[in-house]
Amino acid sequence: MEVTLNVRRFDPDSETPAPYTQEYQIELGDSATVLDGLIKVREEVDGTLALRCSCRSAICGSCAMRINGRAGLACNTMVSDVADADGNVAVEPAGNMSVVKDLVVDLDTFWDKVRDVKPWLQPQGPDPEPDKEYIASNESMLEIADVMACIMCGACVSDCTVLEVDSNFLGPAALAKAYRFVADPRDEVDAARLGELNEYGGIWDCTRCMQCVEVCPKDVDPMGRIMALRDRAMEAGYTGTYGARHATVFAESIRHSGRLDELRLPLKTFGLFNIKEMLKLLPVGVRAQLRGKRPPIFHRSIPGVQNVRRIFDRVGDKR
Amino acid sequence: MRFAFYPGCVSRGACPELYAATVEVCARLGIELDYKPLEGASCTGSGVLQEKNQRLGDTLNARTFAMAERSGFPLLTICSTCQGVMAQANARLKADPEYLDAINEDLAEEGLRYTGRADPKHLLWVLVEDYGLGRLKSMVKRPLTGFRVAPFYGCYIVRPSAALGFDDSPGRKDSLERVIETVGAEVVDFPGKTLCCGFPILTINQTNSVKMVANHTGDAKDLGAAAMVTPCPLCHLNLDGYQPQAAAAARKPIDLPILHLPQMLGLALGIEPEAMRLNRHIVSTKTMLSELALTP
Repeated sequence: MEVTLNVRRFDPDSETPAPYTQEYQIELGDSATVLDGLIKVREEVDGTLALRCSCRSAICGSCAMRINGRAGLACNTMVSDVADADGNVAVEPAGNMSVVKDLVVDLDTFWDKVRDVKPWLQPQGPDPEPDKEYIASNESMLEIADVMACIMCGACVSDCTVLEVDSNFLGPAALAKAYRFVADPRDEVDAARLGELNEYGGIWDCTRCMQCVEVCPKDVDPMGRIMALRDRAMEAGYTGTYGARHATVFAESIRHSGRLDELRLPLKTFGLFNIKEMLKLLPVGVRAQLRGKRPPIFHRSIPGVQNVRRIFDRVGDKR
Repeated sequence: MRFAFYPGCVSRGACPELYAATVEVCARLGIELDYKPLEGASCTGSGVLQEKNQRLGDTLNARTFAMAERSGFPLLTICSTCQGVMAQANARLKADPEYLDAINEDLAEEGLRYTGRADPKHLLWVLVEDYGLGRLKSMVKRPLTGFRVAPFYGCYIVRPSAALGFDDSPGRKDSLERVIETVGAEVVDFPGKTLCCGFPILTINQTNSVKMVANHTGDAKDLGAAAMVTPCPLCHLNLDGYQPQAAAAARKPIDLPILHLPQMLGLALGIEPEAMRLNRHIVSTKTMLSELALTP
């Protein structure tokens, strides 16, 4: 098939370094991947095109990039699945990381954040006897098998909507890695880990947009891990952050009336005597009041709310 | 065409204009909304309850689905977030019969049982898949010719695409653009249309949340949009309600009206703007309406 790869390029050594798009028209077999196309360009058309790749089998995680605006591995993306009717495919470097050259991004910040969550086992107590190991049950390892499938390709980081506005956020890959150790029964510093993850830039800064879930080539479900960490943090007693308070007040609201009390949710989350946050809410509140866009002051329960309360009581502790 | 109507918390709370516009528009289109079957249905949990306890959220949603099944009418929602949370819960319930049985045990006392046949659908999808865009077009009284509109979906109606049935119904992917075109308006395409509005972190990290508002509304405005339209009332709350802060943070005026999907439909169907409470937005719709030769 006739394919046009529209590749976003950048050369830091050019006289006027600025990103630009270059078209490469090539002929590819029907089963070709985007990586096959890029390698063909590099080998037969333009040797200056820079890209990272190694295994070509979706194992090494080297070739994450944006294909038609969405992060993924070039080696497991079929050209026939992504080309438009005229054979066009847009290829850009991964997002949220600085570009070294063309499709090669600087992964330093990615690895720094993974290191920040101390991605190694920290068992406590005496070492196992010589020739013995730290034993974990099969069931407990099955629980984390999916998250251990992460190949650290950075696709989730590329398309994370929070990292786009805040480089301080730990991000989906590092947080999924953190979950892998919190959930490992051999690791015994959960409380300390959760305490650190509870800080600014940690688990509560995720906006639950599911970009990471959607683009992950290995079904690691990073956002699901972040939600599980939130649950574990609250269970471990870290209930003071606005995020934890928001989740708690939200659940209480549904239990109480069957639905969300939008007026009281922010007030209870921040606390009425939290002058700083109340002042921040004031202009929004005044504007909404003037426009008649505020929730009713008297919040009504749904009919049969006692059934909802009973479900809370019955299911509250089940997971 | 009759539905068990699930209005969601926000259309009965901070976005009464969405409720008003939905009622007006569905009446004109001949889409019958039955309020009775789901009047005792709870909040979906919005993804927030699920942070604490996913099973609890799934049980509450199974309860809603059982109520819809009992009515015999399909469930219609007008909120992207409700749509997504319900679709994810439904996918888990349908995938695991043992899990569904266990959940049903907790519903039994109320005399409810979910069999796994509910298919909750947003009004947007109903228009594209059931009502038909041809029929919608035939109902248009005032084509919105020359009206440049940026679509904004809301995360939960586009991701995760597997749970939302995108494989079987690929038309959902660009449904909003097609509805905009059907009412005669012009789509202003921009990369942020499927990204996050920032609402979920509003009480947690307002700086980041407001930056997201600034980026999306600013980009759409720069591309010449006269308005943005969204099927998600939570996106509306942030993109409209926090746009003044976003403009201040971005140090530039934005003034981009954020319409609920039914409000845009209503304008094309000839419904008075005031009946859809278009005068009750934070970002004024006055200029937009006068450009459309309508008065607010």
